[in-house]
Amino acid sequence: MFSYFVQNLINALQWGSFYSMIALGYCLVYGVLRLINFAHGDIFMTSCYIAFFVITGVTAHFTGITGIPLFVITLVVTMGLTALLGVGIERVAYRPLRKKGANRLYVVITALMIGFILENGNLALLGASSRRFPDILPKVIWNLGPSITITNLKVLVIISAFVVFAILQFIVQKTTLGMSMRAISYDKFAIPLMGIPVNTVITFTFALGSALAAIAGILFGMSYQVMDPYMGMIIGWKAFIAAVVGGIGDIRGAFLGGFMLGIIEIFVTAFLPSSYKDLISFVILLVILTFKPTGFFGVAKSTKI
Amino acid sequence: MTDKKKKFLVPSITVLVMLIIILLAKVGVINNYYQTILMTICINVIMSASLNVVNGYMGEFSCGHGGFMAVGAYVSSILSLILFCPGNSITGHALLPPSMAIVAFPFIILIGGAASMVVSLLVAIPSFKTRDDYLAIITIATNFIITTAINNIPIVGGSRGLMGMKTTMSFMAKTVSLPWMLIWGFVFAALTVVVIHRVMHSTLGMGISAIRYDEISAEIMSVNTNSMKLLAFTFSSGLAGVAGGLFAHMLGFINPSSFGIMKSTESLVMVYLGGMGSLSGSVISAFIFTILLELLRPAQILKWVIIPLMLILIMQFRPEGFMGPRELTQVFPRLKNLFAPNRNLIRPIAKPTEVRK
Amino acid sequence: MSKETLLEIKHLTHRFGGLQALTDINVNLKKGEIAGLIGPNGAGKTTVFNLVSGFYVPSEGDIIFKGTRMNGLKPHVIASLQVGRTFQNIRLWSDMTVLENICISQHYHLGYGVGSALFKNKKYRENEKKIHDEAWQLLERFNLADSALDYPKNLPYGIQRRVEIARALSLQPELLLLDEPAAGLSTSDLSDLITYIKWIHDTFGVTIWMIEHQMQVIMSLCDSIQVVDFGKEIARGTPEDIQKNPAVIKAYLGNEEIS
Repeated sequence: MFSYFVQNLINALQWGSFYSMIALGYCLVYGVLRLINFAHGDIFMTSCYIAFFVITGVTAHFTGITGIPLFVITLVVTMGLTALLGVGIERVAYRPLRKKGANRLYVVITALMIGFILENGNLALLGASSRRFPDILPKVIWNLGPSITITNLKVLVIISAFVVFAILQFIVQKTTLGMSMRAISYDKFAIPLMGIPVNTVITFTFALGSALAAIAGILFGMSYQVMDPYMGMIIGWKAFIAAVVGGIGDIRGAFLGGFMLGIIEIFVTAFLPSSYKDLISFVILLVILTFKPTGFFGVAKSTKI
Repeated sequence: MTDKKKKFLVPSITVLVMLIIILLAKVGVINNYYQTILMTICINVIMSASLNVVNGYMGEFSCGHGGFMAVGAYVSSILSLILFCPGNSITGHALLPPSMAIVAFPFIILIGGAASMVVSLLVAIPSFKTRDDYLAIITIATNFIITTAINNIPIVGGSRGLMGMKTTMSFMAKTVSLPWMLIWGFVFAALTVVVIHRVMHSTLGMGISAIRYDEISAEIMSVNTNSMKLLAFTFSSGLAGVAGGLFAHMLGFINPSSFGIMKSTESLVMVYLGGMGSLSGSVISAFIFTILLELLRPAQILKWVIIPLMLILIMQFRPEGFMGPRELTQVFPRLKNLFAPNRNLIRPIAKPTEVRK
Repeated sequence: MSKETLLEIKHLTHRFGGLQALTDINVNLKKGEIAGLIGPNGAGKTTVFNLVSGFYVPSEGDIIFKGTRMNGLKPHVIASLQVGRTFQNIRLWSDMTVLENICISQHYHLGYGVGSALFKNKKYRENEKKIHDEAWQLLERFNLADSALDYPKNLPYGIQRRVEIARALSLQPELLLLDEPAAGLSTSDLSDLITYIKWIHDTFGVTIWMIEHQMQVIMSLCDSIQVVDFGKEIARGTPEDIQKNPAVIKAYLGNEEIS
């Protein structure tokens, strides 16, 4: 029983790491723009496909590159391309609306639509057959005890989540850029008057958020290997739930929320039929949003009457 | 034409047009394919107009309309199967004779709608305290909860779906040979439009619109905003449930995946295309949207790239939609002549002062 | 003629989280008077109004209107108890006509429910007629009937202000809270406003409590004035008393509104 529990815990931490990383991306954009970037989950999905093609391309032309160098190249290139995608979406779809001072509702709808375009565009271009993400790193398995195993990949995933969080915390709390990001979330109008280049900061935020999604995308592909165009949707929503539960707008909340959700889901699946997993996650979201809408770490915003 | 007669002008014309179409369908001039399209238009009119109550008139952002459609679809289907389908997957035998199908059908549909109303409390009650983004999330979560819950109920087929509703339809046709699907579609769509118009244009219903413009001053002016929100959500969801029932019986087969966020998006597109707070806008955009979808059918998956793109472009260039918050009679004032004037809007003549003797 | 107390506020203290907004505010408004509430920006005046209107539940203290304790009652209930209110910035419902704005404010005596609206039965028609008749009457009295079918956003600012006050009066209030009615008006419009408020007071017999920065308005209209600063009362009395009060002058020093 104990080993069953520990094994599940390890899997939960791995699963939760993905939620965390994606949740952090949501959080960044929301923290700065008060915008729920519904396309984020689909950016994650797209990054997985981008990685697939990068790996296919590299291994086809440079057969000597495998293992860690391959991983690093894939990581860097995919992060870059995904960041470009995120920035592109911001420029083309969100910025014009921001410039017009359009109601936030319209931007949210646009984000939702962009998500659909990414999903269905993928489906249209690449077809419905699911692909298999290639193996990059050789698998190393360690036995921690009777029927408890952990692979190097799982360790990598979990460590990545922590590293990503640490880097983000550093950027947001300790750098000028981070301070600008936080400032913009408080008052979008006064900030340009203080010499902060709002557009640059926003561009950076999207680039960073998308790059994070890319890290998650590559690791996800390596961990579970099944790819399909709709994989971003459900995971995106769950990660979003995680961010909200933790307290959207606060990266600590997003980080912890991701692990919490991962643990809940894996343990639900351990004891109940797996079809209940989604149901329970969403019910939890509903309950938390009804009773504590700001989540665990969030700050309530009150309107001045 | 006198005012009294004018009251019946537009309704009579509408009924006449519908009767003509039904006749044409009966004799086969309008074949099954076109009947299905007309039915779909009716269902979309109901979905679009009902969502407009919450997203348009009240100015909230409800993205879970598909979920309420699902509730209505499933409840009415279950009822239909239990009552009329011999050998159905739930009770095994039919409870009522086929001849009662015509009479029972509207009740089946309405009960589906009532069920949706109850489920909508999941969204209505949180809406008292939350708005905007958070409420949007709650509505989406509710949509998912409904579909995933249905997935987990084996007796209604779970993810494999539910079928057998066509039996009820065929029993209706056997009793009286008419294109019943079309008839019921028209009936419920017309009722929806009338009902929404009456409620939203009454002083009671205008309280709902007041929330959109300024919720705080609405409260100050004695509008019970919680009641208004409750009314708007239950009303809107009930109608979505009705649409769901019609949808289920038209297709004869339903499964939870048809009612997910994609379905909700369809309704969103129609509302924002037609104009927030414009009933005529919702009806018009339902027409256009259905026909567009049909025209794009050959493009298959690309269809679902084009529709989101359309909505994005609307958001960029004309976010208020076709008609904005205005009705057709405001864009074309001459149309007002078709309707009897609202005497409450005419300035009363001041009573003549008594002459002192 | 004894003047009965209409609104009594006892030891009102309010906190927003860690911020102390009001400390021990006491008010005794007599029926039929025009009272003023003044103080520098941020003193807490609008907070008092918001508490009376029911937007917040007081942290401590009692708000008693016509003998009824109002703490915790919802804003629309308080409105139906005949407390009317306007805001600093105009909060009319912009895409509804002036007439509709007035009609909607009569929700407190709607007289019918959804069912009646659906079937357009007698109850519905009679009540709608009643609501509209009262709305037209109100507009006639305010000389706004000409604009009844216009949209507020198309009307001049001065008329919008009048519509807003008229709307508050459709509640048939006994107490009217005016939050900076002179906001946005030019100095030449002020005497019109003063006449207008006096007219409302005399015609409708309503007790008026006013927050205002324009001293001209306060001094000419108010029977009694209370001054708050940093959430505490620093002076009260007649206009003459207040003008000479050193604490008041000190609080306002540097404030360009002092006349």
